[in-house]
Amino acid sequence: MAAVPLLTHSSPAAVLAWRGGFAVTAHEFLCDVRSLALRLPPARHVLNVCADRYRFAVGFAACLLGERSTLLPSTHTPGVVRQLAAFAPDTLCLTDDPRQDIDLPQFLYPDDLAAAAAPWRVPTIDADRLAAIVFTSGTTGTPLPHRKTWGRLAACVRDEAKRLKIDDGRSHALLGTVPPQHMYGFESTVLLALQSGNALIAERPFYPADVAAAIAAAPRPRVLVSTPVHLRALLAAGVELAAADLVVSATAPLGADLAAKIERRFDTALIEIYGSTETGQIASRRTAEVNAWRLWPGVHLSRSADCTFALGGHLEQRTALCDVVEPLINGEFLLHGRTADLVNIAGKRSSFAYLDHQLNAIPGVVDGAFFPGDPRGAGTTGVTRLAAAVVAPTLNAAELLAQLRERVDPAFLPRPLLLVERLPRNATGKLPYRELRLLAAKSK
Amino acid sequence: MKIQPITDKASLKQEPAPLADAGLQREIAALFVQALNLEVAAEDIDPQAPLYGDGLGLDSIDILEIALILSKQYGIQLRANSEDNRHIFGSLGQLAQYIAAQRTK
Repeated sequence: MAAVPLLTHSSPAAVLAWRGGFAVTAHEFLCDVRSLALRLPPARHVLNVCADRYRFAVGFAACLLGERSTLLPSTHTPGVVRQLAAFAPDTLCLTDDPRQDIDLPQFLYPDDLAAAAAPWRVPTIDADRLAAIVFTSGTTGTPLPHRKTWGRLAACVRDEAKRLKIDDGRSHALLGTVPPQHMYGFESTVLLALQSGNALIAERPFYPADVAAAIAAAPRPRVLVSTPVHLRALLAAGVELAAADLVVSATAPLGADLAAKIERRFDTALIEIYGSTETGQIASRRTAEVNAWRLWPGVHLSRSADCTFALGGHLEQRTALCDVVEPLINGEFLLHGRTADLVNIAGKRSSFAYLDHQLNAIPGVVDGAFFPGDPRGAGTTGVTRLAAAVVAPTLNAAELLAQLRERVDPAFLPRPLLLVERLPRNATGKLPYRELRLLAAKSK
Repeated sequence: MKIQPITDKASLKQEPAPLADAGLQREIAALFVQALNLEVAAEDIDPQAPLYGDGLGLDSIDILEIALILSKQYGIQLRANSEDNRHIFGSLGQLAQYIAAQRTK
């Protein structure tokens, strides 16, 4: 069976992470990983919620060595945590925040991982080992698991490193504004650092002024791994931005104009990544210059009547894309938008079917539907919230929101939430969005 | 995502903040309702209620929008390196007090 090394750093002194401005070497990382692997309780499934990206990476690697799978759900609402526990009853929560209240057996990331001077030896891991299970919300109310083997995860981000041209032997510092628990952040900060000999930055700055300071403080060459929401906020905040050596964006497409503006502000190239939880990353483009996306080598697209699939490369099987894409020749494609059911709010993904299911499962709700909000209401970060219309004569808006908060990520809570006597269903029982939007406009 | 908005330590050393007048509080409430499409009228926001979680229900995208409003309207750049931020986002009243003390425009 093929084995893939945990990391590709060529020497024990190579930097694997930056933490509080200090370098952590590949050797120190391995010592932490081995030490944590020995101390983790014997669960086979671990929900790793460490906010510190370095600790997340140590946790992930320790799980990998100990034949444990890291669970990456799309949100940590009480409802989803219960479903995780049902999916894998031995699930353990690895956390670096003692105040965190996830309802699972907890293991606090130890402060005193012994820096035992074990000899420098990079472990290799079977390519077939189940490294992570990533969940999408599905459509029926139960999260859908997507199983990721170590070999395929590694192959995917090695292709990414080549595409980003950060595999040139220099140590690039990867600064992420995305959490390591999100598929994009997991791939483009944690796995990418491990599999391209580069260094992740442990901190995840949030406010624009903090992001700007973190960029300026990062050693060069430095890469900003971000999203349209965070990049728009950075441009709008009126903070001074130091140059970067590459900006990477994913979760939603950027326009060419905005991409060009970002390139000017950071004095470098911006590469957009296209991927999904199901497929991992499969394509990229230099948005300021081209519209078409170029697939990873070996990945290609096939089409059926109403769906496009990706296959080949790191993909284990033919995998449906949730977007409307138009394949071109030479491994390129155009992206024409999302399929009707897909919801993406600031990189958090769900589906209308799932959200409607959750809404209608609330006791007291007679009928209810989510629908896309009015894009004219988008804020400076460009986020448009969802709206919902609900028939629930015994509930008020606050009670409904409290119930929804238990079930769905806050990003999907509806604004506006319209309480109505009946939904404007047509003769076939369908709900045209146009009618729902009229309702919303009337309620203003 | 879990957010713990926190700000710079300098503000901890400040003199007691001047009490924000009700006018500033109303102004901020109106800015938020408009920018965040909140499901509540500006005058109905309880100045003592928490801004996120079970109170006004703001999430991390809202906090980012608020950071931008504060920078544009009042010349304040929020930072996340002190426990103080927990206090600022504790309620509309506390936020108004912070703005009154820190504003540069």
